[in-house]
Amino acid sequence: MTPRQVLRRTVYIVFIAVVLAFFAVPLLWLASAPFDSDPGLGLRWPDWTLDNWRITFEHPYALGSLLNSIVLCAVATIVTTALGTLAAYALSRVRIPGRDALLYLLLLLSSVVTGTAAMVPIFVMMFQLGLINSQYATGLVIAGGMLPAAIFILKDFIDSVPRSYEESARVFGASPTQVLLHVVLPIARPGIATILVWAFVQAWGNFLLPFLLLRDVEAQPAAVLLRTLRDEGGSANLTVIPVFSLLYAIPVVALYLFVSKRYGFRFHGGIKA
Amino acid sequence: MADIELTELSTVYPNGVRAVDELDLSIVDGEFFALLGPSGCGKTTLLRTIAGLEQATSGSVRIGDADVTRVEPGRRGVAMVFQDYALFPHMTVAQNIAYPLRVRRESKQAQREAAESTAAGLGLAGLLERRPGQLSGGQQQRVALARAVAMEASVLLLDEPLSNLDARLRLEARTFLKRLQRELGLTTVFVTHDQAEALALADRIAVMSDGKIRQLGTPKEVFQRPADTFVANFIGSTPMNLLTGSVSDGAVEVAGARLVPPDGLDLAEGTPVVAGIRPEYLRPAAVGITGTVSIVENLGVTSLVTLECADDTLVGLTVAEHEEPAIGTTLTANPDPGRLLLYHGETRELLGAAAVVG
Repeated sequence: MTPRQVLRRTVYIVFIAVVLAFFAVPLLWLASAPFDSDPGLGLRWPDWTLDNWRITFEHPYALGSLLNSIVLCAVATIVTTALGTLAAYALSRVRIPGRDALLYLLLLLSSVVTGTAAMVPIFVMMFQLGLINSQYATGLVIAGGMLPAAIFILKDFIDSVPRSYEESARVFGASPTQVLLHVVLPIARPGIATILVWAFVQAWGNFLLPFLLLRDVEAQPAAVLLRTLRDEGGSANLTVIPVFSLLYAIPVVALYLFVSKRYGFRFHGGIKA
Repeated sequence: MADIELTELSTVYPNGVRAVDELDLSIVDGEFFALLGPSGCGKTTLLRTIAGLEQATSGSVRIGDADVTRVEPGRRGVAMVFQDYALFPHMTVAQNIAYPLRVRRESKQAQREAAESTAAGLGLAGLLERRPGQLSGGQQQRVALARAVAMEASVLLLDEPLSNLDARLRLEARTFLKRLQRELGLTTVFVTHDQAEALALADRIAVMSDGKIRQLGTPKEVFQRPADTFVANFIGSTPMNLLTGSVSDGAVEVAGARLVPPDGLDLAEGTPVVAGIRPEYLRPAAVGITGTVSIVENLGVTSLVTLECADDTLVGLTVAEHEEPAIGTTLTANPDPGRLLLYHGETRELLGAAAVVG
């Protein structure tokens, strides 16, 4: 190797190491801080203890908020996936004038509908409907915001199911429901699984809408509660936050692993196993 | 078992295209029937209208004793094999074959038995647990056939059944299909754009264009006596010679030869006519159409010889092997008796058989 190559190689390795450290340090903190007797914001070998966990479990709202998150996300995810699939199927199969324009318009508006621009009207509407502090209602609003994108992506998946498959099933006597259950859904399954995980992750991390619509601290999901985890002095509660963060991360990872194993969707590479 | 009766059937698409245009057709019970025509002639739409996948705009479809014009596809008692086979990729071969039974909610065991016995009948016994993606094209086609057979319908519809197979496999599949149809005795309608396929398989052929039937007949009739120049041109693996001329002195002059019109046919002086003769029906002879040999194409057992005749018309004829004439020599060919057909130059319809008088 020439000195020039050595230099290039060294710079390259150092660069990779820095990037790696940038992502690895927070993860290592997440792995060690929950078990440290005196967790700080820095990274160090922990002084092992489970006290943080006991304190977190005794926190009046921590576990409740995680449960709230699960309810909220389940509603949002199920509604988005179910309605999104049916709508995408209909839009894929039925020719209506201006269909594509409608889809693009929905997609464009969706970022407005649940975004900051519509904060006040949504709050007023939910208030007058008496749905403030309801996880189900908040889940529906989040689902409403996600549906256009979900329909848009799912329509693409369903477009790729050849029409002759459905016609074939129809000739063999299948009812529309049977066509959907036996043929369309199984073939579009990787797409549906992708949307399921996507919707869950979106809803799980959503802060703005739950923050607006769930005023009662007992009704707040984890993403909102995290912000209020402070000690008496007003600084971040570093006993509870690490454990809470770890717990907060688990469902997303678990769902990804479950769906990936069960339905075989892949985010990595383009190579089929 | 069922016959099919189409009465004044029209299928018009929303954009105004009359894909099937007031068509009358009866297909007999147990018949192997071909719908033949160039792409866009409405043959596939007609098949889909029989299946119920397209709604007839007017007219009626009767299968057996029932008028099924407004009946859902699944309740017509028809099974169909699609051009792309439409095998469900997420199901095994056995599940695919048993799918018609699954729709009828028959027991798992009945489904399995039906899949096994049907698969055995079609030479698929060892493949039941595979997915369609793991099969060759010919196997996929047989699975699609097996699924249609397992439905135990009275009518089998095939949309371009052989077009997705490579040339070699197509011949095997053709023989297989014909044997299967004979064994099952199902009324079978298939769509093809390949005239050789239609001639080889069908008991009767309907040649279609522009949503109408141009000729209906047995393969022999359609091949030997095309009803008009369109059919004449479409049928046959070597194109039929279509020579234009006109009537003068009660005879027709084409390519430097004089033809006598059929007996009892009184053609006015100057009537434009087209003489049609298949290359296979022309033989070297002492009198007939004379021309210079310009091209010789080897077709295997025979060779296609192109003659350049007096008025620059080209006439093709086939000659047996070892009998190919040398390029540039003069050759005279005479049609077999009754094989030279005369068509009207304007209506393009068959007038009758003619003979060459020299």
